[in-house]
Amino acid sequence: MIETIDQIFVLLKHWLVGFLPAGLQPVASVLVSVVAIIAVFPSLFAIAVWMERKGLGRMQNRIGPNRVGPFGLFQPIADGIKSLTKEDIVPLRADAVVHFMAPVVLVVVVFMGIAVLPMGRNMTLVHMDSGLLFFFAMGASTELSVFMAGWSSRNKYSLLGAMRGVAQMISYEVPLLMSSVAVVMMTGSLSLGKIVEAQNQYTWGLPHWYIFTPWGLAAFLMYAIAATAETNRSPFDLPEGESELVAGYFTEYSGFKFALFFLGEYVGMLSISGLGTTLFLGGWSAPFSFLGWVPSWFWFFSKVMLSICVFIWIRGTLPRLRQDQLMNFAWKFVLPFTLFDLLVAALWRFMGDGWARWVVCSVILLLAYALMGGVGMYRKHFRVRSYRYAE
Amino acid sequence: MLGEGILKGLAETAKNFVGSFVSAERLTTVQYPEQRIAPIEATRDFPFLVYDGADWEAGMRCVACQICEKECPPKCIYIVKSIDKKPDALGKPQFYPARFDIDISVCMSCQICVEVCPFEAIKMDTEFELSRTDRFGGLLFDREELAKSNEHYHKIHPTEAAQVDARLAGEKAKSDAKAKGAALAAAAKAAAAAKPAVSTENAAAKPEGAEIKP
Amino acid sequence: MSFVFYAIAALTVAGGLAAVLLKNTVHCALALTVAFAGLALMFLELDAQFAGFAQILVYIGAVAILVVFAILLTRNAETPKDGVYSRNWLAGLVIAAGVFAVLGWAVLQSVRVLPHETTTPTVTVLDIGNALMGRYVLPLEIVALLLTAALIGAVIVAMHEKERAK
Repeated sequence: MIETIDQIFVLLKHWLVGFLPAGLQPVASVLVSVVAIIAVFPSLFAIAVWMERKGLGRMQNRIGPNRVGPFGLFQPIADGIKSLTKEDIVPLRADAVVHFMAPVVLVVVVFMGIAVLPMGRNMTLVHMDSGLLFFFAMGASTELSVFMAGWSSRNKYSLLGAMRGVAQMISYEVPLLMSSVAVVMMTGSLSLGKIVEAQNQYTWGLPHWYIFTPWGLAAFLMYAIAATAETNRSPFDLPEGESELVAGYFTEYSGFKFALFFLGEYVGMLSISGLGTTLFLGGWSAPFSFLGWVPSWFWFFSKVMLSICVFIWIRGTLPRLRQDQLMNFAWKFVLPFTLFDLLVAALWRFMGDGWARWVVCSVILLLAYALMGGVGMYRKHFRVRSYRYAE
Repeated sequence: MLGEGILKGLAETAKNFVGSFVSAERLTTVQYPEQRIAPIEATRDFPFLVYDGADWEAGMRCVACQICEKECPPKCIYIVKSIDKKPDALGKPQFYPARFDIDISVCMSCQICVEVCPFEAIKMDTEFELSRTDRFGGLLFDREELAKSNEHYHKIHPTEAAQVDARLAGEKAKSDAKAKGAALAAAAKAAAAAKPAVSTENAAAKPEGAEIKP
Repeated sequence: MSFVFYAIAALTVAGGLAAVLLKNTVHCALALTVAFAGLALMFLELDAQFAGFAQILVYIGAVAILVVFAILLTRNAETPKDGVYSRNWLAGLVIAAGVFAVLGWAVLQSVRVLPHETTTPTVTVLDIGNALMGRYVLPLEIVALLLTAALIGAVIVAMHEKERAK
């Protein structure tokens, strides 16, 4: 029974595909999985938007949307219908082809990244030997879409937003990759399925998730920072800083194309949370061994939604960074610390089992954190500010 | 250490998040169409024309002097002066506005028309639910839509209305006294002309005029 | 030589041609990206997952963006009035033909020299890693050194510019 509930989606798919002739079955199987992903993630997107609006409201002592449906639950549907029925405006001097392609590229690439995430036991769309690399390859392609959107709009705000976005995404992609490399080093595989399997073990009922090791925690923190920047979320939302750039690179998008950008952004957030879950939070494995009877997909999706909640919490808390602060933070703190964490991970690996490595690695990382935080993020003492105006 | 401030901030937002569920005084939102809070006394949005008595056309204080029309910064007032004269509240024959239009969509609620009016005829209203399906004609208010009774004025701005009434009563008393003085002088003159009956008739007619004012 | 191969090859060549022939420089860069993507697909079609994804990650994710940045940050991003074709197109054609001939000759030579394999070898990421860290560790380190030198050079160039700006 437990097994059946755990595998219910897999069984459902087999049952559905079973109706077709044997020749069509592989194609149909892929199609069913793709349709499932395309159905599930946009609905999660709708829930995430609702959660964000409600949660941010509560953090600012507001109620949030509460008019459409119970507790405003149908608000995303209303928003969707609104954006579908709105006029699609393309600026007269815009580069029509590139302008059209940009949201398409974004959504396609973002959805492709999801394909390699193990969403439960036996629930990966594509089993890949180098799944992690695939994910990052797709993630890197979103930069192109940002650039295309910003450049083709022929709008200064769009272009500035795109430049900011691309510069930021390139800068933070390095620490994002580097923090995952630590996990790859430990597991000895780029396959996300194997990474989850490696974490799906228990000692005294507690899981072997990588976040519960000193190097894993450090890598996870750096991953979270880089992921926030990669998805252009607050406090790294400079590319769409509405107080300066209207809406950044999608200023000139309206109607359904704007909705696609919105969707792409949130699905990107979901997928990067999914990857973080897979790498550090044990993927679909249960947090305690006695909870093993709960279906694996439940754990995966609840971990992802929990990460979304943290994203929202951070958005409700932190103000936007300045461009130079953003770059300094990436190159002077996040990247060096991630590289250092790689060394510590190697040390952890070669120190063998025992309590000694816990103490040594924790102390080294704490010291490094304090030191790098102190030196790299050292703020000059405030002087009288001088302003340079444009002549 | 790096990140301390972030943790503090996170704690603060978490406190707000939980607090908005627990304590009612944190959640200050008024759910407008269902819940309303009484407007404060100084609330103002658009002007209206005050009239005395029951009939708006007869009791309108406006004498079409057109000062407000000239002073209005966005020029949203349009007045057509009447040709004939009608008796006003004091019984004195006055011009009256044959047309008095205010374009609410242009008005910027500056209250200058109220400041300049020498007759206390135009005052600021508190009505704000003014949405109309017709955005041009619907927001162009004519005399009838603008006319509101003095009772209404008392209801929305009690203190101010009381002051205005006191001032008007004072003016009235003064003009009455003047009229009386003039009448007395006339009566004295008439008496000198040896016809005492006229003065008593005049004195009896006076209180009636004062009664019109509430 | 399947249909998929021809489709991908057509895409790659079309992308490459567009990169050369289009008037707008940014369009050229985007067309170049299409060519890169075609190349990545070619790798994937040959079951070389690692090479394919690395191609996407490095070329689309970094190189294309760098090209685009270079175009946008330099002043003369507009198309020159007298067309995009160089006056020395004949010399260019000769050089290109020469390079093509050498490459073609090398490929044809290797077909004759290499033993003909009937089964496609399965190369995992692990094998690539082992090869890079074992047999090819020296070239890898040299490349790393070269890239570091380039990085330092870029920083120094940027620093000089800053001083001049002052």
